[in-house]
Amino acid sequence: MTTLLQVKNVTKSFGSVIANNDISFEVAAGEIVALLGENGAGKSTLVKSVFGLVRPDQGEIFIDGNQMAPGDTAAVIASGVGMVHQHFKLVPVMSVTENIILGDEPKNGLFVNIKKAEQKVRELSEKFGLEVDPTANIEDLPVGTQQRVEILKALSKDVRLLIFDEPTAVLTPQETDELILVIKNLARLGVGVIVITHKLREVMALADRVVVLRDGKVVGTTTPKETNEAGLAQLMVGRSVVLEVEKGVAKPGKPVLTVKGLEVFDDRNLLAVKGVNLEVRSGEIFGIAGVEGNGQRELVEAICGMRLRAKGEVLVSGAATKDMHPHAVHEAGVSHIPEDREKHGLVSSYSISDNLILNQFDQAPFARGWFRNMIEIRKNADLLVKKFDIRTTSPAALASSLSGGNKQKVVIARELSQDLQVLIAAQPTRGVDVGSIEFIHKQLIAARDNGAGVLLVSAELDEIISLSDRIAVMSAGKIVAIIDSKGADRDYIGRLMAGLDK
Amino acid sequence: MLRLQAVGEVIKMMTSALRSRKSLYFYVVVIAIAFAYSVNSVSTVAVAASSITFGLPLAMAAMVGIMCERTGVVNIGIEGTLLTSAFFGFFVAALSQNLIWGLLAAIASGAVTGLLLALLTVSWKMDQIIAGTIVNILATGLTSFFYKQGYSLPAIFPRWSIPGLSDIPFLGRVFFQSGPITYFGLILIFVLYVAMYHTAWGLRTRAIGEYPSSAETSGISVKKFKYINVVIAGAFGGLTGAYLALELVGSFDRGFSAGKGFTALAIMIFGRWNPIGALLAAIFFGFAQALANQLMIDGLVAIPGPFINMLPYVLTIVVLAFSAGKVRGPAAAGQPYEREQA
Amino acid sequence: MKLVRAWITPLIALVIAFGIGAILMITQGSDPLRAYESLFTTAFSTQEGLAKTFGKATPLAISGLAVVIGLRAGLFNIGAQGQLISGALAAAWAGYAITGLPMIAHVPLCLIIGAIFGSLVGYIAGALKAYRGIHEVITTIMLNSIVLQFAEYLSNGPLKEEGSIIAKTPPIADSAKIGSIAGLPIGFLLSGLLAVGVWWIFKKTTTGFRFETVGKNKNAAWYAGIAVKRNTVFAMVACGALAGFGGAVETLGVVGKFEPAFNQGLGFDGITIALLARANPLAVIPGAILFGGMRGAGPTMQFTAGVSPEIIDLILAIVLFFVTAPIISRIFKLKSDSNAQVTSGWGSN
Repeated sequence: MTTLLQVKNVTKSFGSVIANNDISFEVAAGEIVALLGENGAGKSTLVKSVFGLVRPDQGEIFIDGNQMAPGDTAAVIASGVGMVHQHFKLVPVMSVTENIILGDEPKNGLFVNIKKAEQKVRELSEKFGLEVDPTANIEDLPVGTQQRVEILKALSKDVRLLIFDEPTAVLTPQETDELILVIKNLARLGVGVIVITHKLREVMALADRVVVLRDGKVVGTTTPKETNEAGLAQLMVGRSVVLEVEKGVAKPGKPVLTVKGLEVFDDRNLLAVKGVNLEVRSGEIFGIAGVEGNGQRELVEAICGMRLRAKGEVLVSGAATKDMHPHAVHEAGVSHIPEDREKHGLVSSYSISDNLILNQFDQAPFARGWFRNMIEIRKNADLLVKKFDIRTTSPAALASSLSGGNKQKVVIARELSQDLQVLIAAQPTRGVDVGSIEFIHKQLIAARDNGAGVLLVSAELDEIISLSDRIAVMSAGKIVAIIDSKGADRDYIGRLMAGLDK
Repeated sequence: MLRLQAVGEVIKMMTSALRSRKSLYFYVVVIAIAFAYSVNSVSTVAVAASSITFGLPLAMAAMVGIMCERTGVVNIGIEGTLLTSAFFGFFVAALSQNLIWGLLAAIASGAVTGLLLALLTVSWKMDQIIAGTIVNILATGLTSFFYKQGYSLPAIFPRWSIPGLSDIPFLGRVFFQSGPITYFGLILIFVLYVAMYHTAWGLRTRAIGEYPSSAETSGISVKKFKYINVVIAGAFGGLTGAYLALELVGSFDRGFSAGKGFTALAIMIFGRWNPIGALLAAIFFGFAQALANQLMIDGLVAIPGPFINMLPYVLTIVVLAFSAGKVRGPAAAGQPYEREQA
Repeated sequence: MKLVRAWITPLIALVIAFGIGAILMITQGSDPLRAYESLFTTAFSTQEGLAKTFGKATPLAISGLAVVIGLRAGLFNIGAQGQLISGALAAAWAGYAITGLPMIAHVPLCLIIGAIFGSLVGYIAGALKAYRGIHEVITTIMLNSIVLQFAEYLSNGPLKEEGSIIAKTPPIADSAKIGSIAGLPIGFLLSGLLAVGVWWIFKKTTTGFRFETVGKNKNAAWYAGIAVKRNTVFAMVACGALAGFGGAVETLGVVGKFEPAFNQGLGFDGITIALLARANPLAVIPGAILFGGMRGAGPTMQFTAGVSPEIIDLILAIVLFFVTAPIISRIFKLKSDSNAQVTSGWGSN
């Protein structure tokens, strides 16, 4: 096998954080290499250096033995490297074809030859068995199809090395299996493949070789044959980890959150939640499984009063809550860990202490009438920083100075420290390191055991299965099934997520 | 061969446009004009011709906004570009007694304001609204400090009657007896439209305005593209300033541009960031003003002067109140673009 | 240290701007030293000059505060000019049309009417922003022109002084005039009180926290239960009220009537002052004194040094440029302190 890619001693730091520390590895033609590591281990930075999106501080990158100038994406693409990004690099308001040809447009004189381009997309899609409509607009396509467009875009350029960045994060288990077949097929055709992932199951099913990163360094190179999931996990985290979440038996009580016939529109004015009914009881974790973009976000926002409810109602402990009034819903005892902490959860240019009272700033003891009570705000911060192990120099530090995991702890500390009947946790462990994930899981279970009804929304099926007491599967804006988590079958849930079973 | 194809493409596009449902409005307008013309041909021609005269600078200035925003840079400094370029256009033409030098100076100075905006917003990632405001305030300060009274142009750009076409009733007087910058500006608006939707440049520009990292990961230098487009847009704004100073008015004063750069932004939004849409919107603005003027002149209504002067501003707000929010602008306009990290 | 950092960029900007101004004067054949000497001795060394300086500084400080409130709440209020004119005209009307009131009632009444009319203009921009998603920069600029035209119409029509050739209202009653205490115009003292008041609101009250949260992260504000739209309107109303109040103070304390030719440019200097003060209400006061001094002494400088007073516009523009563009922090290797996005984009509200 010929060596396609050689990465030699690459180092890259952002400020004081060393994202990549002297990393070297190789990929041969037809080989599938998995880059395994937890969040923040430096996987993404590494492949972005390879792709020329990030300029490494030191080190060299060779493709076919030719050294690449750092940060020259165009040259990297020209040498036959393609990348399928985790957050798709597709323009939502443009067509599939326009997205695929962007940067390498077939021309007819001065003009783009869109007919020829569409034909080419059709041919490509047939050749690789990736079905798409070349004239469709990206924003009208489901996520799985969008990913196919991303792959086609990479393949349209005669790629010999293809990089996948967390490709399965948005897929159902079945779609994941299909993608694994696609990747293996590409490798058989001689394409070198790098897959970035933190999912051990996929590494075992897919990779020829595994390069494990931790804290920006290569801590081991192995093959699936030589090891198992537990071994990989230990290598990845640096200590043995409990893959299962320990929790006691749930003691569900009365319903605390009732959603009746809820219909909600999304930002584009399309019906995203189509008549959802559900009931969360106190003392249970009610998980919502589903591929992202099937209405979960709109559901959560409508429950919390942040998005207009077109139809239906939301009751907390039997009392109807006010629509479009997040303050009233919060007062009724609903705490909300929002899915996008940078957008909704925090004001990053505020101090940690202000963020810890963000939605109670006008309530006692943090305000007396019109006046804010700085002493109480500070006291609260000191307490929560300690209790929730928020790693910071001072509660007066800005939230923007914190790491992802610690930012999430600020949000969780704020939401759990309140008098709550219902906790809504949307993607609570997204972009968070393994240590914080364990901590957050324990906190959710503790909230349940203290009698709160927890509504957990997560794109990570494993998280839903291991934490929830009951699981609702959401697909295309509807709850398609509610099942008991005991003995829940991944494949069955996956089929429900894809809308295949009834 | 190549040019023939280009012409073919354009004809194809125009015929398909005429067959679309929106063309209904077109026919309504044609019938209305024909009716007005049959009732009072003099006033109708006057109103139509002034609609173009008032509307064209707004349309051209709106193109500056469109080019910038389509590549993700909000340009609130159009006013400053117009002011600067009209200033340089006028004084270079007056001092050299040569309109062509004035025209070139206007275009160059417009491009420089574009370069300044690009530097502030693209390289230094400043808040784009504040950056544009700086362009405006600097332009106001510079032009009012260096302004001197007592200069005049040798002439203004003459009207060119296009043989044959200028004799067509109504259309000839309205379209084919105009100055060179008018023709050139109108042609450029159509060129920009075709370029925006049918060339690789346009595809890339729109991609950058919507989602810059899609372009970056396709091997396109977002920074370079933004610089080029914002500077070209500035040059186009310079042409607009030249039109005002050298073809339309023939003089320069402090605060000469009188808010046209801001009205242009409203026209850009009203025209949905589409060059042809903005042209039509601008003509509508021009029409409203021309009509009010004509009604005054014909003595049909007595509107106090300040209310006539107020009209474009009121219209801007009313139009925005009904069209903004319903239309989506380029998603990434206004956001500084950072190449992604970690 | 933090204090030094807050002051150093504006100070360097001022030095650079005066330097560039000097070079421009030389190119025009004037003596910059003489010009600056005349400017500063006129503005700051005599009793009479100081009175003029503080008089000019008053509306500048208040309109600067009006811009500061907007900036803190994520709004770029270019409309201080129009709000100010609205308030100035309304106060002039209340000043001459209402008679027979004692001063203790008449003055506050005029000030309140000025604030109300200023806030009306602010309300239009705020409501259009909150409920129609129109960017406040466009609406406030348009409103500036509309208000100016409307004021011209009124002062040349229904409210015109009988027998006057030019457009102006009758003079206000003596009971509506405000004077000075110990050489300091009362209006200026009021502007100082307002600055402290605005500072205190942002520092200590829930209203300030609401404004600021909306300004820094609208989505998080909505999540936290803050009525974003209502607060946007409220903030613009507050901006307008302040600017209108400033216009009223100008009418009652300096002009004594409304005349469209006066009050020009005050709102725009307010923007520069607010940005120079980095949106800190207390820092607005020294900025306003400096600008007021320069504005007040401009004509004298023209007389003694032959420099056209437009140089001041240019110097102020250069100050603004160097304060907002991150040049100084780059050259002087200061920790980059302000590169934040203050304003919001177009369509997405």
